[in-house]
Amino acid sequence: MKFSEIKKRAEDEWNELVQNKSPKIYIGAATCGRSAGALAVKQTFEEEIEKRNIDAKVIEVGCFGPCYTEPLVNIVKSDGSNIFYKNVNSKIATELIDNYILGDDPLITYALGSIGDVEIPGVQKLMETPFFKSQARELFHNTGIIDPSNINHYIAQNGYSGLAASLDMSQVDVIEQVKISGLRGRGGGGFPAGRKWEAGLVSEGEEKYVVCNADEGDPGAFMDRCTLESDPHAVLEGMVICGYSIGAKKGYVYVRAEYPLAVKRFNDAIKQAHENGFLGENIMGTDFSFDIECFLGAGAFVCGESTALTLSIEGNRGMPKAAPRPRTTEEGLFDKPTVLNNVKTFAYVPQIITRGGAWFAGIGTEKSKGTAVFALTGKVDNCGLIEVPMGISLREIIFDIGGGISDGGKFKAVQTGGPSGGCLPASFLDTPVDYDSLTAAGSMMGSGGMVILDETTCMVDIARYFLDFTQKESCGQCTPCRVGTKQMLNILIDITKGRGKPGDIELLEELGNTVNNSSLCGLGQSAANPVLTTIKYFREEYEAHINDKACPSLACKELISYLIDEEKCKGCTICAKACPVDAITGEKKQVHVLDQEKCIRCGMCFEKCPKKFRAVECVPGRVN
Amino acid sequence: MDERVEKILEGYEGKSIELIPILQQVQMELGYLPEQAMRIVAKFLALPDSKVYAVATFYEQFRFTPMGKNKVTVCRGTACHVRGAEMILEKIEDKLDIKEGETTKDLDYTLETAACIGCCALAPCVMVNDDVKAKLTTKNVDTLFVKET
Repeated sequence: MKFSEIKKRAEDEWNELVQNKSPKIYIGAATCGRSAGALAVKQTFEEEIEKRNIDAKVIEVGCFGPCYTEPLVNIVKSDGSNIFYKNVNSKIATELIDNYILGDDPLITYALGSIGDVEIPGVQKLMETPFFKSQARELFHNTGIIDPSNINHYIAQNGYSGLAASLDMSQVDVIEQVKISGLRGRGGGGFPAGRKWEAGLVSEGEEKYVVCNADEGDPGAFMDRCTLESDPHAVLEGMVICGYSIGAKKGYVYVRAEYPLAVKRFNDAIKQAHENGFLGENIMGTDFSFDIECFLGAGAFVCGESTALTLSIEGNRGMPKAAPRPRTTEEGLFDKPTVLNNVKTFAYVPQIITRGGAWFAGIGTEKSKGTAVFALTGKVDNCGLIEVPMGISLREIIFDIGGGISDGGKFKAVQTGGPSGGCLPASFLDTPVDYDSLTAAGSMMGSGGMVILDETTCMVDIARYFLDFTQKESCGQCTPCRVGTKQMLNILIDITKGRGKPGDIELLEELGNTVNNSSLCGLGQSAANPVLTTIKYFREEYEAHINDKACPSLACKELISYLIDEEKCKGCTICAKACPVDAITGEKKQVHVLDQEKCIRCGMCFEKCPKKFRAVECVPGRVN
Repeated sequence: MDERVEKILEGYEGKSIELIPILQQVQMELGYLPEQAMRIVAKFLALPDSKVYAVATFYEQFRFTPMGKNKVTVCRGTACHVRGAEMILEKIEDKLDIKEGETTKDLDYTLETAACIGCCALAPCVMVNDDVKAKLTTKNVDTLFVKET
């Protein structure tokens, strides 16, 4: 079948769905939606509809972004009214059927917002709410809107048109569009994709490979998972276009085994692409043939590094190759020329071809083009997956989109780039978000994790946390990384346990610089960043831990004390009963006494003391 | 056990690049990688036993002791960490009376941790088998366990 016919068929199916008179219920059911209960909500809708013989359609879609509203349900009625409902459960689902599907009451108290032209009194326009207003949904134009398991939905949104157009262009012309777009690698490295592809094209060899890095291992990041789950065909199409442009016949997606839904969605996409002639022999009737296989990563953070990743696909331990070595574009997978890009990098490509490289280059800053995707998490009200134009300030992301610090707390730092990145304090809030500005500030763009920390987060503990991670994930072949991270971790543990010594900070800095400068691969070369940036910007917290034996954030158990306020204690005995080590004594209606020697600082007394008394307080430092 | 491994190997050609996928499938079938199973895989792929063991021990996914009936995985991602994952882990360790990486004596539960399960917006989370349990607190964490242990 010709592509024009396939496209017509897909558009007919989409239009039939959109124009259909029956109400449509779209349920966001990516992993995050599912963990919030989306499948139970879907089941309720389906059962009620069947039981009562209601004319309505239930469609499962991917992730729309505002994770804090999951499960998110979108109901569209034939008059064009289009409302998103937040935090839907089975009870709300039944109410929506009773009142809105069968009646006319849109139950606006459950609504998050509406889209489209039809005004719903009392419901705000979703795209004008703070969470969405500053976003630019380009990569995510399909996510949460189409059924990711239905290739026709993707095709109807101009999907595979980029591939069709590419096959009519020369390889050089395709790469030229990617170069014009200014697209840089979204895995965090930021290497220009067009230049990488060009190097792949000019590398000699009959056999070449395209590899998609979906080994998203940064703690705090889930952008790639959502992209694969919500719009798998965009990634697949981008890979096929890349394969065509460099002359490869085979592609691999290296995806974490911990992402079962993403793996399923992508494998389904591969099957459907085969059925439609977008993968396999003679793609779209041309003499170009290409196939893709999913490879399940077995859990090793270092495999995000390109040489480790290719070694892993080959069936080896994923230990990065030492430099100097040929570039992956010359000798990559099976020692053949290989273009390796991140999930998002590939997913942008179809649109770069259909809309032109200049369209993409028109968004963002001079050196960082297009949009940036972040998994915004931590201590903000509105956690979620966001897409913003490059150059937006950290402040806009955290306080407008993120809605500020949760529980009325105070901002302390923003962590980007995961274990390779750094923590930036409030003085950097106006820093524009792009590759170069974040690197200059001492952090990095990374692959898109952005974790917001508030005043209850101890910066020494955060540094310890990241180093604990890198130290465990170090492959162990080079000494600076294997031994250096371990020694730094020991010092950090000592500091958080109250055993810090004068000179520890300087020693950490010295060790950190050695590890960063002399490790073999990217993991080691950035391993010390969380420690070095927290020392740089929060040195006084380290000093308080070492010199005063106090944790100002009240996070390090060994460096805090619980006290019972004699004025406030009413002798209710609740805390004494809750204490697991019998450190609290006191008769009923008598002021209670806490024995600091016995206290293990578990916080049970603090938690259990009735709110009307608030007699237990937590203070930095040890009281004797 | 040998037959179960042999059956899995029927689906493969015997190329060394199949090593990781084979180990994954063997573990899915047996719950862990017994030494004998790794020897059979090594022979099938014409690889030294040491190579198979080296690869298997490199990756977090593989385990060498039997699994409990239920797997509890505590996420230790950054978002979970700043929202109290460590306290959740301690609480579960207390409740099941095992440490991270161990299995209860009655083989009901195995407790593991993951670097990040990618549900950061719903932190802190724990996976019980394949279900993600979101927004846990030290108070509601007990509800994860169906029966008292």
